[in-house]
Amino acid sequence: MTTFIIRRLFWTIPVILLVILLTFTMMRQIQGNPFRKSERAVPEAVQRNLERKFNLDKPWYLQYAYYVKGVATYDLGPSLVLRGRTVNDIVEEHFPVSIELGLYAFLFALITGVPLGMIAALRHNTALDYGAMFFSNVGHAVPSFLVATLLIYFFALQWGDVTGLPTSGWSSWEHKILPSIALGLGPMALFARLVRGTMLETLQQDYVRTARAKGLHYRRVVGLHVLRNSLIPVVTAAGPLLGFIITGSFIIELIFNVPGIGQYFVTAVNARDYSVVMGLTVLLSVIVIGANLVVDILYGILDPRTRDART
Amino acid sequence: MALLEVRNLATHFFTREGTVRAVDGVSFALEPGKTLGIVGESGSGKSVTALSIMGLIPKPPAEIVSGDVLFEGRDLTKLSEKQLEDVRGREIAMIFQDPMTSLNPTLTIGTQITETIRRHYDVPKQQARKKAVELLEEVQIPRAADRLDDYPHRFSGGMRQRVMIAIALSCDPKLLIADEPTTALDVTVQAAVLDLLDDLRQAHEMAMILITHDMGVVAESADDIVVMYGGQIVEHASVNDLFDRPEHPYTEALLGALPQIEGEGIRTGRLTAIPGRPPDLKNPPPACRFAPRCPYANANDSCATVIPELREIRKDHWVRTAHPACERAGAREPEKVQA
Ligand SMILES: Nc1ncnc2c1ncn2[C@@H]1O[C@H](COP(=O)(O)OP(=O)(O)OP(=O)(O)O)[C@@H](O)[C@H]1O
Ligand SMILES: [Mg+2]
Repeated sequence: MTTFIIRRLFWTIPVILLVILLTFTMMRQIQGNPFRKSERAVPEAVQRNLERKFNLDKPWYLQYAYYVKGVATYDLGPSLVLRGRTVNDIVEEHFPVSIELGLYAFLFALITGVPLGMIAALRHNTALDYGAMFFSNVGHAVPSFLVATLLIYFFALQWGDVTGLPTSGWSSWEHKILPSIALGLGPMALFARLVRGTMLETLQQDYVRTARAKGLHYRRVVGLHVLRNSLIPVVTAAGPLLGFIITGSFIIELIFNVPGIGQYFVTAVNARDYSVVMGLTVLLSVIVIGANLVVDILYGILDPRTRDART
Repeated sequence: MALLEVRNLATHFFTREGTVRAVDGVSFALEPGKTLGIVGESGSGKSVTALSIMGLIPKPPAEIVSGDVLFEGRDLTKLSEKQLEDVRGREIAMIFQDPMTSLNPTLTIGTQITETIRRHYDVPKQQARKKAVELLEEVQIPRAADRLDDYPHRFSGGMRQRVMIAIALSCDPKLLIADEPTTALDVTVQAAVLDLLDDLRQAHEMAMILITHDMGVVAESADDIVVMYGGQIVEHASVNDLFDRPEHPYTEALLGALPQIEGEGIRTGRLTAIPGRPPDLKNPPPACRFAPRCPYANANDSCATVIPELREIRKDHWVRTAHPACERAGAREPEKVQA
């Protein structure tokens, strides 16, 4: 297992290099330059000076090499647009908020989605099943900005006296409830349907019949034999989803005025603030890669067959 | 008193396409310590009979529509799920056809044995593990103590079936139901597993229901044999009487007594080589279910109109046909069957 983890960690290096290269190329594809904005006329000479200062006059492969070196030493460089601020500053200030929001949303999705899927599967083809699936389909289909708006309208404005929930901000735990639910509802729906599907399949397995033939209590058959095997696909999906939730919170952050990194990301792309875009992209890919690594480890714990295959 | 008495059991599947009469009026009894063989083609209702006894039929779509399953005088069909859980594994144990899928791949075999023991006996974990090692030794798994913490995927098919047998034995049941225990195994290990099963049955003084396709399998270990066709019992006799003087044309076919079905099928023990197809249990033949494939049935007799009863043609030999061997005119040659 340890060798497996070390090997996986080692493999993340070329992946990250590739991510940097791709982001690099794509940023070049978007025409423009942080210092050549028509609305901000900068004298020719100043512009050249700035480009020299930030190595923008060098060939692309040198820029790439400089950048990789920076990432390796956790120096993501200065912002090209916001004077006097480094990308490190921006990341350290805003990124923890996004991670926190993402984790709460993820936990909400997990804690509500998995039981919902289980109930639907165990009460297959009953009103409970149909109700759970209807709820989950709605949760999946309705876009998160609409969910956010509705949550604010009802829970913060209409029934605000009862619930005491604020409409926006991020300063207390009351502030964190609605954004987390708004962000987590889609993934919750996904978990519910995933768990229901795999659980219905697992219930048909021969080893479940064996477990019942042994006289085990229904609780143990479902809670151990069925659930353990049903969770394998859930864990597989959870990794990329966690990355997606943490990175995909731009709209929610905007609506609830959460001081996360999402807003910066969007403005940075528009302003061609290469170093911010690059820095955030690299960071996000590290998170997604990390989440997938955790998934693979969990997978090995849940499914002993893969453990043998990878030692 | 019989250990198990099944009386007029009928289990139907209520599907969208119609009602499948998978088991339709099955009765038999089993004395303590005896072995009953159930033989029949694929789809004849053997597994559904076994699962009905255990209360393990999938509900829905399946339902026991009539009959009793008396185990030591208690009707299992009347028990609640909770009461049935106490019977399963403790009084009646079952092993299944496919050992590759019958063990949980994510739990060690040690866990899968001890959870059964601890379900039915109040013993500490260590004692259950000790018992598990003894059981693995009893089913002849080498280095049993070392293998307790291995997962099923490290065992071959034959070894897994031995583990299944160990689980079945773990609570000393009075009845063991083995549903085609060797069909999925490599031919080379089939005999060894069957011998082991029979030895253990004697050592533990269990009764056994042995379900199989293969007449050869039951010939060695069964006391009585039930032959099933289309969800019904068509012949029921002691093993000697059945092999010496089979009465039902279907049993004769299974035993290879009919000249036209000699060859491939019989030698490999596969019963599907009998000409014609098994009946559609959603829409079975109106009277005798075997009539469409029967070499003795013809357009003028009662086979298509009168439902044949299971009758005792001589002492302890029951048969369901209008044309039992002993009533056919002399040694009349059967009419040629169109394949
Ligand atoms: N889930 C189900 N839904 C509908 N019909 C079923 C279902 N399970 C079994 N049956 C029907 O019940 C009948 C008896 O099946 P059963 O499994 O008892 O046969 P079997 O004698 O054990 O055959 P095999 O030798 O293949 O194991 C079959 O005709 C089958 O079509
Ligand atoms: Mg079967």
